[in-house]
Amino acid sequence: MKSSRSYPYWFILPSGLIYLVLFLVPTVTAFWFSLTQWDLFETRFIGLENYSQFFQEPFLITGAVNTVVFGAVTSIAKSILGLLLAVLLTSGLLGQSFLRTLIFFPVLVSTVGIGIAFTEIMHPARGMINVGLSYLGIHGPAWLIDPHLALFSVALVDVWKGVGLATLIYIAGLATISSDYYEAARIDGATKLQMFFRITVPLVRPATVTVVTLSLISGLRSFDLIWAMTKGGPGFSSDVLASVIYKQYQAGFYGLSTAGNIILFVLVALIVVPLTYWFNRREVDL
Amino acid sequence: MKRQQVIIGIVALVLGVLLFATPFMFIGITAVKSAAEASHLGLSLPSKWLFWENFMAVIKARNYMLLLAYFNSTVITVGAISLLAVSAAMIGYVIQRRPSKWNGFIYALILAGLMIPPAVVPTIWLLKELHLFKTLHGMILIQVAYGLSFSVLLFRSFIASIPRDLDEAAIIDGAKPWQVFFKVILPLLKPITITVVLVQSVTIFNDFTNPLYYLPGKDNVTVQLTLYNFQSQFSSQMNLLFMNILLVTIPPLIMFIFFNKQIVKGMTAGAVKG
Repeated sequence: MKSSRSYPYWFILPSGLIYLVLFLVPTVTAFWFSLTQWDLFETRFIGLENYSQFFQEPFLITGAVNTVVFGAVTSIAKSILGLLLAVLLTSGLLGQSFLRTLIFFPVLVSTVGIGIAFTEIMHPARGMINVGLSYLGIHGPAWLIDPHLALFSVALVDVWKGVGLATLIYIAGLATISSDYYEAARIDGATKLQMFFRITVPLVRPATVTVVTLSLISGLRSFDLIWAMTKGGPGFSSDVLASVIYKQYQAGFYGLSTAGNIILFVLVALIVVPLTYWFNRREVDL
Repeated sequence: MKRQQVIIGIVALVLGVLLFATPFMFIGITAVKSAAEASHLGLSLPSKWLFWENFMAVIKARNYMLLLAYFNSTVITVGAISLLAVSAAMIGYVIQRRPSKWNGFIYALILAGLMIPPAVVPTIWLLKELHLFKTLHGMILIQVAYGLSFSVLLFRSFIASIPRDLDEAAIIDGAKPWQVFFKVILPLLKPITITVVLVQSVTIFNDFTNPLYYLPGKDNVTVQLTLYNFQSQFSSQMNLLFMNILLVTIPPLIMFIFFNKQIVKGMTAGAVKG
């Protein structure tokens, strides 16, 4: 039977065409536009000037550094907390299905809404967090107002919002580990901690790969939460590439904005592709 | 041992509620307070419950902007989902059933869609050239393009579990390729279609960034953008801003209550296979 007749390639056309025109064409042409001064109508070739400007302006460099920091912090936190929560919530605790539901719900809620709410919750004087801390005799930090802390405060909210998804992915991963391993380890007299590090962590690896990759990709591209909470401020202290791209676009620097887009694209590729490769290469040794 | 478990369980419950439920309680309580009480940012109960007043004030704000936004968001979500579900299933079907030297290339394109951040300004330029900028149908096509990769991957892995004998029997009976797909395969894809529809509709409904870029103008406002617009307007009326957050949260909440299992399945799909 000829598969070419039975499974015609025109099935790909309807949305394949949309994908080609609205996603692939802009991605490819972006490389050209990033080398120009551009007002959407006329382009003037200026070589690598946009890029050299990008790496000379301190606030643009801050944006690039912050992007990496934000992506790294959120994905590491999500995978560690996600795994711990998954182990906790599969151990047969009281009310564990309720807790799973509770932790997962923020994943589905509007990011901008969460951002606005947490901006008030993190208010330095009257916000719930610092009021709560003051009952414990702790003088809470200024969260979003403190330039050294603003990016991490947003990252904290991002982890709060996304850890539910990581937990569920880990729970699905834990379910595939045969209980025989734990049984054998118990007979050999292994402690719980040993079982966690020697059995759970290595065998739950596919889930780790997914969690780290997914949260890195979304973390490096993150825009809406940062925009809703700090708009990159105070100053430029919590700017990331995605917010720089938006600011340059608003200011009418289309070529520069597109150069920012290319830099973000290269950054995501440089971090995620080797990481995936490395993750898939390493064998599980048990 | 048993008792220790109960204690850990209680501690986990208390901590869980404290960390994950109080922010939502805060949103709910602030939404029904007066502006003066809301500005204290506390968790205390309102002296007067102003649900209806605040609700109407938010609905009426800026000439019923929220209702228009709900309309626009619904059109975009429903339009994009209908297009996505059928056409992504078609792609998943062909690339799963027809191994060829092109497959590696096609997969690379699909993975690119998952990873690459869209180049915004070139996309705006292109939308303008095609007269799709600032239009709802343009926004629908954008959502299809951005949601395609994820949907195709879900369909492909599901279709792999459907035996080929089914299509071959239909082909021997003289069915045309499109008949095989629409009459034999598509009806079997119902579970995964539901999953794709749920996950993508939550994503598209909650999308803020793409409408911000591709759909500016107050006639085109979407639900997420009302929050952004009201953030400056209601800066002294926290109660109304939070009522808006509450209203925006309701659709995903309803989905969550009814379809929790399918959503979770969709979002964690493929996680274990690696």
